[in-house]
Amino acid sequence: MRALLIIERGFMSEPAIAIRNVEKRYASTHALKGVSFDIRRGEYFGLLGPNGAGKSTLISIIAGLTHASAGNVVVLGHDVRRDFRQARRALGVVPQELVYDPFFPVREMLRIQAGYYGCGRDHWPWIDELLERLDLTDKAEVSMRALSGGMKRRVLIAQALVHKPDVVILDEPTAGVDVELRRTLWHFTRDLNDAGHTIVLTTHYLEEAEELCDRIAILDHGELSVLEDKRALLNRHPYRFLSLELSGNGGQLPESVERLIEDRHEDTLELKLEQGRDFIADVMEAIRGAGYRIQDVRTREPSLENIFVELTTDHDKDAA
Amino acid sequence: MNWQGCFTLFFKEIRRFYSVILQTVGAPVVTALLYMVVFGQVLQGQTIQGVPSSAFLVPGLMMMSIIQNSFANTSSSLTQSKINGNLVFLLMTPLSAFEIYLAYIGASLVRATLVAVVLYLVTQLFVTVPITHPLLVLTMLVFGGGTLAVMGLIAGILANKFDHLAAFQNFFIMPLSFLSGVFYSIHSLPEFWQHASRFNPVFYMIDGFRQGFFGVGDSDPLRSVVVAGVFFVLVSSICITMLSRGYKIRG
Repeated sequence: MRALLIIERGFMSEPAIAIRNVEKRYASTHALKGVSFDIRRGEYFGLLGPNGAGKSTLISIIAGLTHASAGNVVVLGHDVRRDFRQARRALGVVPQELVYDPFFPVREMLRIQAGYYGCGRDHWPWIDELLERLDLTDKAEVSMRALSGGMKRRVLIAQALVHKPDVVILDEPTAGVDVELRRTLWHFTRDLNDAGHTIVLTTHYLEEAEELCDRIAILDHGELSVLEDKRALLNRHPYRFLSLELSGNGGQLPESVERLIEDRHEDTLELKLEQGRDFIADVMEAIRGAGYRIQDVRTREPSLENIFVELTTDHDKDAA
Repeated sequence: MNWQGCFTLFFKEIRRFYSVILQTVGAPVVTALLYMVVFGQVLQGQTIQGVPSSAFLVPGLMMMSIIQNSFANTSSSLTQSKINGNLVFLLMTPLSAFEIYLAYIGASLVRATLVAVVLYLVTQLFVTVPITHPLLVLTMLVFGGGTLAVMGLIAGILANKFDHLAAFQNFFIMPLSFLSGVFYSIHSLPEFWQHASRFNPVFYMIDGFRQGFFGVGDSDPLRSVVVAGVFFVLVSSICITMLSRGYKIRG
C-alpha cells in the first residue's frame, strides 16, 4: 500500500515535459545553448522570448520535428527519441505557421490526423465535439483552402487535439488573430487547462501570458534567462510607474526627479519609482518646488511587458 | 506496429491521387496509347522475339507507365507536403519510418497497378496479349514499381523544390525507362549496348515483366526477378535509414 502510494506520488510529480541540457547547433548558429527546465503537470506554462531566442527550435525538438544536437527531452516519462510513439501520443502541437493539406475538407482531414495516432471511428464523436467547440461545424465539409486565416487557425488547434493529448503546445496561436477569436482561444485553452491538460503557450502578446500563465520561462539568445512563477516575476522588480500631468511655467527639475523620468510627452511626465527608495510625496514636492502645478496623478504597477523588455534588453547590453 | 496509422496514411495517399485521377491515371494511359499508335504504325508487320510488334509493345509500355507513375506518386506527394509545410502533421505522429515507407510505397503501387490494368484492358481492344505467367507479372510489378516508388520517396526527401524533382524525372527516370527495352529487344542493339543494357536494372524489370506475358525474353526470368528484388531491397534500406534518421526532413 505504501509502495503504491510512493509510486503514485512519483507518477504525479513526474514533469509533463523535462528538458535536459538541450543544445541545437546549425551550420552558422547556436540556436539553443544547453537549456534545462521542467514543465509541471497540469500547469499553464508560458514560454516567452524575443524573435530568434530559440522558442520554436525548442518546441520542434519536443515535438520530434528536429533532433537536438545534445541533451534530451522527456514527455510524461517518455524520451522523445527513444520512446517516440508514447511521447508523441502524449503531445499535441499547434504550429506557428498556417500550414495545411489542400486536398481535404476539414472533417476528413481531422479524421485522417486522428488515424495516424491509431484512433479510429470511436474517435469520430470527439472530432465532431471539437468542431462544435471551435465553431467549425458549418465548415466541416469545406476545403482548408477556402477558409479564412482565423478559421484555419481554429482547425490547426482542433488538429492538435484529435488524439486527446495530455500536453498541448501552442506556438503563437494568436498571432494575426482578431480580438474576438483571441478571446475565444483564451477561453478554450483555459477550459482545457481546467480539464487537466498541461498547456504550453508561446506568444508575443505579453498581456496574454500575464493573463493566462501560472509560470513563465523567458528564453533569450538560446539560453534560459528566467523561469519563475508569474506573481513572483511581477513582484521581482519592485518599482511602479507614476504619471503626472503638469501645468505652469516652472524651471529646471531637480536631479532627484530628472533621473526617474522614463518618458516625457508635452505636459505629461512618466516616472519610474523604486519602492522603498523613491517616494511619491517627495517627488511631488520637488516638482512643486520647481514652480509647477500638478493637474493629475496616476500610478501603474509594472506589467510583464516592462519586465520582459528590461530582462531581454539588459542581456543585449551585456552581450554587446 | 501502428497498423491503423499506417493504413490511414496509405488510404490518404490513395485519396490524394484519386482526387485528381484524370491527371494521375487518365493522362498516363493516354500517353502510353499514343506511343502504341505511333510505334505500332512504324513497326507494323514486324515481329520481335516471335511476337507481333504491336503486342510486344504492350507490356513494355505498361512497365514504363508503372515505373514513371510509381516514381511520380511518392516524389510529388512528399515534395508537395514538404514545400507546403504540412509534412509536420505527419512527422509529429507516432508513425515509424517503416510505417511511413510502407504506406507511401503501397499507395504508389496501387496507382501504378491501376494505370497498368487500364492500359492492358484498353489495348486488348486492338491486340491480344496473353498472360502466360501471372505470378511473374505480379512479382515484377511489385519489385519494379516498388523500386521506383522508393526512389521517388528518396528524391522527395532530397528535393528542395519541384525543379529538382523535374530534373530527376527528366534526366534520370525518363531516359532509363526509355532505353531499357520498352520498344525493342536488346538483341536488336549493337553488341556494346547489349552489354551495357545488362547493367541497367530497369532492363530486367521490363524484360522479366514481358516474359510474364509472352513466356519469352532476352534474359533468364529468374535473373530478372533476383536483380529487381535485390535492387528493391537495396533502395528500400537506404530510404528507411534516411527516414528514421530524419535526413533533410527533421531539421
